[in-house]
Amino acid sequence: MAHFAKPSEGSWTEHYPELGTGPVSYEDSISPEHYELERKAIFGRTWLNVGRVEQLPRSGSYFTKELDAAGTSIVVVRSPDGTIRSFHNMCRHRGNKLVWNDYPHQETSGTCRQFTCKYHGWRYSVEGQLTFVQQESEFFNLDREDYGLASIAVETWEGFIFVNLDPDNTTSVQEYLGDLGAGMVGYPFDQMTQVYKYRADVGANWKLFIDAFAEFYHAPILHAKQATAEESRKLSGYGFEALAYELDGPHGMVSSWGGMSPPKDVDMVKPIERVLRSGLFGPWDRPGIDGLDQLPPAINPARHRAWGVDSFVFFPNFMVLVWQTGWYLTYHYWPTSYNTHIFEGTLYFVPPKNARERLQQELAAVTFKEYSLQDGNTLEATQTMLESRAVSQFPLNDQEILLRQLHKTARGYVEDYQKSFATPVRISAAS
Amino acid sequence: MSILPTEFGDLEPFADWSLESEAERYAKRLSSTLDELQAFYDAAFPRLEDAMAYIDQFEFTALPPSATRLLWLCYSLVNASFPVEVWRQPRVPDSGAASMDMLIEPAV
Repeated sequence: MAHFAKPSEGSWTEHYPELGTGPVSYEDSISPEHYELERKAIFGRTWLNVGRVEQLPRSGSYFTKELDAAGTSIVVVRSPDGTIRSFHNMCRHRGNKLVWNDYPHQETSGTCRQFTCKYHGWRYSVEGQLTFVQQESEFFNLDREDYGLASIAVETWEGFIFVNLDPDNTTSVQEYLGDLGAGMVGYPFDQMTQVYKYRADVGANWKLFIDAFAEFYHAPILHAKQATAEESRKLSGYGFEALAYELDGPHGMVSSWGGMSPPKDVDMVKPIERVLRSGLFGPWDRPGIDGLDQLPPAINPARHRAWGVDSFVFFPNFMVLVWQTGWYLTYHYWPTSYNTHIFEGTLYFVPPKNARERLQQELAAVTFKEYSLQDGNTLEATQTMLESRAVSQFPLNDQEILLRQLHKTARGYVEDYQKSFATPVRISAAS
Repeated sequence: MSILPTEFGDLEPFADWSLESEAERYAKRLSSTLDELQAFYDAAFPRLEDAMAYIDQFEFTALPPSATRLLWLCYSLVNASFPVEVWRQPRVPDSGAASMDMLIEPAV
């Protein structure tokens, strides 16, 4: 029985008829050839979120980001005038990776006055100009003006830093994020600066982990052991129904009820949660900041009293989860091959004022890891069986609408990319 | 030599749970037996409210070292509560070879 209203068409999925309701193919998640196309068609062409402005607090603050899927490494840096710039992380002399510590593939961050190449000592300002060439007189008519760092388009939205590797891109990040992005503007992201960041190597296609976090149909089952036995039985009896879904171009969101934050009955939760008043859904008590009562229109779009969390999926690989209790989470999925990716989960809280608040946040962060380990391991099991190709068509239910949208969107980008060539290669991924 | 505030002398036998980073705390959890985790939990859990009250006597951004070490021990209690309260084993069930590292965590 439906607990929450659906659109007049009878389902969320049929409200967006272009999605269809038939079974879908997961060939797009198990084909190395398809992944090679996605690298260019998606990761080489869309706005990618690589961090937050708080990571660059002052002039010369920088961080590097490995963008395997786009085939490059970048450095993002704040200039003395406050502007954030981004460059390919590459020396213009003979192509050495410019900014790295002991291990070239490990991301790094810090503050500097200039970038110095480890190889021959060429130096660049944080604005990207070549400022020093070792034994400059040995070169032939070398004009330093011609050898600045190769720049990349970078824009910020609500404090999130995005880059776009397509030199021909003309869409602003604001335009790219569409109505969903516009509808989040004004949320107090800037006050949630207490950060916990996790990273995991996952043996599954990047889209499969987005699938896992873009539906809650799995939650009462996969995570059953995380609740008390009685509560767990109750949850799986109800199943999951969203309050609302909104799809907007390549992006989408699901709005969910609040569940256990706080629980109706404290006996439903574990002793540590009872004492600390916190859990998977975060601290039960909202922080005392402005901006949490009058939410922007895209957040809790149904304006439902039972609202708990909204999950925004910004194509291709960036998710933001905004919780009713005044904190947020981001997920990033960075492909490293057709069946592996790096997952990053980052929790953002208002800085705690006392031990209780700090421990509430610690419990939320630890709980996040316990759940994600279960999610991550399940994915590897999914990936290996999908690769068997023993079955090729899979039914998706109405609560899995965002998965249907994600795979359709990703396939669409690849098809558009192929159309831009004279002799398109037909791939079998389209269902 | 005691490392915790004198009021928490009863937790001193578990002072080796006072660990600064999540990686250390998680590693200690995985290398402990369920009996060891239970013993730590049984000693520390009833003192959690007291610990928070003790730490909150001080300005949170300027804790004395012994209060900070008590707080770290509380973080370990949070971590150990999962195997004790729900899993009945040190590892997360159904997590197989999956692992997850904390790259950034709060300074205190």
